[in-house]
Amino acid sequence: MKYTTVHNLQSIPIEMIPVVSYKDFFDTVISLFEEEEVHCVNYFAYPIGNELHLICSLADDRESKLKVLSWKSTSFASVPSLSTQIPSIIVFEREIYENYGITFIGHPWLKPLRYAKNRANEHQISDYPFFKIESEELHEVGVGPIHAGIIEPGHFRFICNGERILHLEIQLGYQHRGIENLFLNSTHLNQRIALSESIAGDTATAHASAFANLWESLCDVQTSQHLLWQRNLSVEIERIAMHTGDMAAICTDVAYQLGNAVLGRLRTPMVNFMQEWCGNRLGKSLIRPFNSFYAFTPELKERLLDIFSKYEPDFNEIWDRMKTLPSLLSRLEKTGVVSRNQMIEIGAVGMSARAAGLERDVRASHPYGLFKETPHQPITKKHGDVYSRTQLRNEEIIQSVSYIKHWLENIPDIEIKDASHATPKPSTFCISLTEGWRGEICHCAITDEKGNLIAYKIKDPSLHNWLALALAVRNNEISDFPIINKSFNLSYCGFDL
Amino acid sequence: MTILIIILTSLLFPGLINVIRSLMSGRKGPGMLQPLKDMIRLFRKGSVYSKTTTIIFRIAPAISFAAVISAAMVLPIGPWQAVFSFNGDFIFFIYVLGLGRFMAIIAAMDTGSSFEGMGASREAHFSMFAEPAFLVLFGALVLFTGHYSFSEIFIAMRSGYGFSYGIGIISAFLIFMFSLIETCRLPVDDPRTHLELTMVHEVMILDNSGFDLGLLHLTNALKFALFGTIIANFFLFDVPQWVALLAFIGIQMVYAFVVAFLESFMARFRMNHNPQFIMSLTSLAFLIFVGILLYLDK
Repeated sequence: MKYTTVHNLQSIPIEMIPVVSYKDFFDTVISLFEEEEVHCVNYFAYPIGNELHLICSLADDRESKLKVLSWKSTSFASVPSLSTQIPSIIVFEREIYENYGITFIGHPWLKPLRYAKNRANEHQISDYPFFKIESEELHEVGVGPIHAGIIEPGHFRFICNGERILHLEIQLGYQHRGIENLFLNSTHLNQRIALSESIAGDTATAHASAFANLWESLCDVQTSQHLLWQRNLSVEIERIAMHTGDMAAICTDVAYQLGNAVLGRLRTPMVNFMQEWCGNRLGKSLIRPFNSFYAFTPELKERLLDIFSKYEPDFNEIWDRMKTLPSLLSRLEKTGVVSRNQMIEIGAVGMSARAAGLERDVRASHPYGLFKETPHQPITKKHGDVYSRTQLRNEEIIQSVSYIKHWLENIPDIEIKDASHATPKPSTFCISLTEGWRGEICHCAITDEKGNLIAYKIKDPSLHNWLALALAVRNNEISDFPIINKSFNLSYCGFDL
Repeated sequence: MTILIIILTSLLFPGLINVIRSLMSGRKGPGMLQPLKDMIRLFRKGSVYSKTTTIIFRIAPAISFAAVISAAMVLPIGPWQAVFSFNGDFIFFIYVLGLGRFMAIIAAMDTGSSFEGMGASREAHFSMFAEPAFLVLFGALVLFTGHYSFSEIFIAMRSGYGFSYGIGIISAFLIFMFSLIETCRLPVDDPRTHLELTMVHEVMILDNSGFDLGLLHLTNALKFALFGTIIANFFLFDVPQWVALLAFIGIQMVYAFVVAFLESFMARFRMNHNPQFIMSLTSLAFLIFVGILLYLDK
């Protein structure tokens, strides 16, 4: 076998991952990618001595398995690029090129991905190679990195013909904090879990769950039912809160004041509930490996049910109004379309992919926690436009509310195991997938002979989906860019790490 | 007197719209005087100028303001005469506003910012379509009344009979829609957005600051009052002055309420639908024109 097969959250000895020659690696990946249900969840390099070890994990959604294979190289090697055949690998190869200088021959455009520090050529930062078109008729509009409003930094460069966008290039990296290295350097578990909550502030509980699940698997500790239950519940509350907030923001961007006011108000009780539960509106400090400081009490249950009973009628009423308001629909429909084929090509995941009809949902394909017992039925939409993404948010909110109500019927007993002395198994590889509200979150850890972390790889869904945004805005009006951008609502810091 | 009334109403108008909008979305909102306070604050500040700008950028706000004030001079309010009035003053009105806009556009181009260029091109684009609507409408009214100035046209319209009141109502509606374009409100432009890429008017004044910015805010508020005055004039019949004043204020408030209502319960148009919307106003103006032709048997 040229690859090994694991399932979500399974720890395996690192030796079990076959190391193959680059040619075999190349051919195997291409043959695996012939199936539509296979996509790349991570492909990264980490150094061992003078060598580089490159690991690629492909998720097979049909079989609920992950296929992992690897090859060895040295820094500044040159190998043929996989991206020529599989466009979704482009970002991963750029990342490896940026970090370790491996040149991928034939790569469409090998340039740094994050640009925090270009290790291959440290002088290149003053001259970032943007895509250019020489023309008298076309004009460039550069937006950012500092934006109006309260969003994160990122540079967008449009090439426009009048009001029409021909091309958008997105350059990120302004938020690079070196989170992966911080994971390796930190010595205390509490530091690491706090780091995982800071990967992307609006996805705090999902990233924290991904880390906590992974760490427990690495330490070979069985997670108690109550902890799993808490993690699933908080991620679904986060989904409801963020989706509601995004729908409000979509209304703002088309100047629909009523929708903005009502949905903005509805988001607040959701995040305030998290504050009541754990003292933080984003759910930070709620999730801890082996443990939880904030048990879910019956009072909290009553409180949550009460919030839902007030949330649902108002939410349904405003949605009924939104879906029949012509001026709103004319802005949302057929705006920012990405086709299903494009989504497959770029390896898009999560909500944005589902809105285009691509059924990628870790809760269904690689179930974890409560989703092993409650089978999840992913919601998909056909058109891949802004309206599909809005509709999808609406339906996912309703679905999450029904899940939470179902889970609240049966709260598992609290049993805290004392596993504070548990340490990760030596020479182990573990991968953890979680469906955050944006989509598939992937954390991956490798330990050395003593059980210390030697590689920690994080992937936020935004890594793939920023490219979907760039495709979505083509041939749209530049004045529609904000609404398209908001309908994806991707993370800058999740990408920058 | 007229000019005083217009300036006074203009100072309160933006605040009134904000208050109504806030109440409609269930919020308390800032006080009605907040935009006025903002203007006063800005007037006390100095302006900052970018190094790329020239004299054009510095004089543009003053010229825009002067243009709007001159436009206000030709408007009567019911029983009060216009400051000056002459044949064809409605043409003076629209083109002196045009001059103000022209200065705003070239000042925006002067900054060299890609955003402001975009806003300028949109402004030029939309106003180009909007201008015929106003001229055709007043051309039709000239034909109908046989008079050539605002004051005389309005007097003739008011002292008419059923048909002229009908024309008055349709004209007021048309002027209302036209004012939404001229003053950059929904559904054509969104005055409250923070997104540079979707702005029209707001993006053109991004580089203005301090006194200049205050002047531009005041200019925009004055434009509101101008169109409110035209609308009111269709309905201010021969009544005592104090009734006319109350009626005028009432009409201005209804006007503000309708604008705020529109802004609360509908989304903004897609940018490429705006010309269609504006062209429909021109067609409405032509309909009035043809209707009057038929009525007069010409």
